[in-house]
Amino acid sequence: MKRAQLLTGLVLVALVVLTAVVAVFWTPFDPIRVVPGQRLLGPGWPHVLGTDGFGIDIASRLMVGARTVLLVGIISVGLSAVVGVPLGLLAGQAGGWVDEVVMRLADIVYAFPALLLAILLASVFGASTLTAMAAIGVATIPAFARVARAGTLEVMASDFVLAARASGTSRWGIARRHVLPNIAPLIGVQASVGFAMAILAEAALSYLGLATPRPNPTWGNMLRDAQQFLFVAPLQALWPGLAIALAVLGFNLLGDGLRDYLDPRLREVP
Amino acid sequence: MAEHTATPGELYRAEALTRRYRDGGREVLALDSVDLHLDRGQRLGIVGESGSGKSTLVRLLAGLDRPTSGRVWFEGTEITRLPERDLGVLRASVQMVFQDPRSSLNPRMRVGDIITEPLRSRLVRRQLPAGTDHQHRLAEVLEAVDLPEDAGRRYPHEFSGGQRQRIAIARALAPKPEVLIADEPVSALDVSVRAQVLNLLTDLVASQGLTLVVVSHDLMVVRHLCDRLVVMRQGRIVEEGATETVYETPATAYTRALLDAVPRIRTSRG
Repeated sequence: MKRAQLLTGLVLVALVVLTAVVAVFWTPFDPIRVVPGQRLLGPGWPHVLGTDGFGIDIASRLMVGARTVLLVGIISVGLSAVVGVPLGLLAGQAGGWVDEVVMRLADIVYAFPALLLAILLASVFGASTLTAMAAIGVATIPAFARVARAGTLEVMASDFVLAARASGTSRWGIARRHVLPNIAPLIGVQASVGFAMAILAEAALSYLGLATPRPNPTWGNMLRDAQQFLFVAPLQALWPGLAIALAVLGFNLLGDGLRDYLDPRLREVP
Repeated sequence: MAEHTATPGELYRAEALTRRYRDGGREVLALDSVDLHLDRGQRLGIVGESGSGKSTLVRLLAGLDRPTSGRVWFEGTEITRLPERDLGVLRASVQMVFQDPRSSLNPRMRVGDIITEPLRSRLVRRQLPAGTDHQHRLAEVLEAVDLPEDAGRRYPHEFSGGQRQRIAIARALAPKPEVLIADEPVSALDVSVRAQVLNLLTDLVASQGLTLVVVSHDLMVVRHLCDRLVVMRQGRIVEEGATETVYETPATAYTRALLDAVPRIRTSRG
């Protein structure tokens, strides 16, 4: 059961990654050029999923959208991990007032509405993929910091850290050799779940016009384009919606599956 | 301040050591003005029931914790208020072996890296002869604790409980310490391998000329290893003396009770 969950997650994630990689080199049609004579075609041949209101092949746009999704996920999760993990490690290792200050700052960022941040960035710098990545990345820093801190506290209480201290190993050495390798699985799980959240957030932001602008396709802005033809061509909204749902499901299942797989207490006895 | 001239051969002196903890809202007095001295080459046993303060005492001696009040001198230098960076001599000369080798060895480090970690610490490195070769020392201590030469390349989980405790002992020996502090060194081990580890400790103490401090709730262990005995109860030392004297003529009812708790094999005579 647990294995099935992990495998389903892996397959869905692999599908997204594969699509994105293929889209770098090849799409069936031009995903950007408007073709006036072919508006709103239903699924068929050669347009497998049909065309949108500009006569552009939906399958091609979906494929390019997968690229954007991965890019946003990697950059924003990377940003929040690179900032959040060291902060959580610092808080957990130093304790005392350092811990208090870092975690209260994290609380403040956590309490600040991410949507507001996205609107703010978009209005100052103009909506782009970059502002969406920054907003999502900053908003998820507290999650990484908390996970890293909790893991650090657990490792710091272990005897092997006490042994390392007894032989004069520096804080830096303890962080690098003892804490980081032991909290890496936790960070991996958080990254996978964070990835799912980032996909959803990016879709929402580009639906609202706060991320990647037209004509570059993302699943979110495809959904918005489809909205005005909802009664004429309902299937057009289905495809990007389905893509978002499956990708989010995939990363969530992968994250949960990894958590169960890596936690020996939950590991099934064969 | 630190006006104290060490008598020849004196290694440790502790005066009026007190340690209080805050456990929730409750204050716990773990150590209540304990005086102690330890000479070079002595083998000191600290016994008492759980919660008697024996682990707290050795952690203060090892510089892993700071007393609420009182002082500790090591080789005539007061270590109680020294900052970590000035504890070099202590870190190089005093090594610990902990109770449970399952938690005192980092599961994500190779045995070779675990054992040579003390050699890499900046504080200890300064105290060692220049050009100490890690791999050479690793081979030496592996041989000293009867582990195969290739053990360094493997991970702790590939070893049995007794072997893991040998790894922990090898790590403690690596920086050529003067004092070995063993906190319940065999109580987490199978009864079948306890004797082996105890004999190994006895041999090592003799061959390397170590000063030994052993904490145990088990009087048999201490009797086997130690020539001097300290009995603790509720944070105080209630009895002190040569091991055999304490054994033959216990001065307090508490010590008698501890002795009686040891199962004895009587030979029935008709």
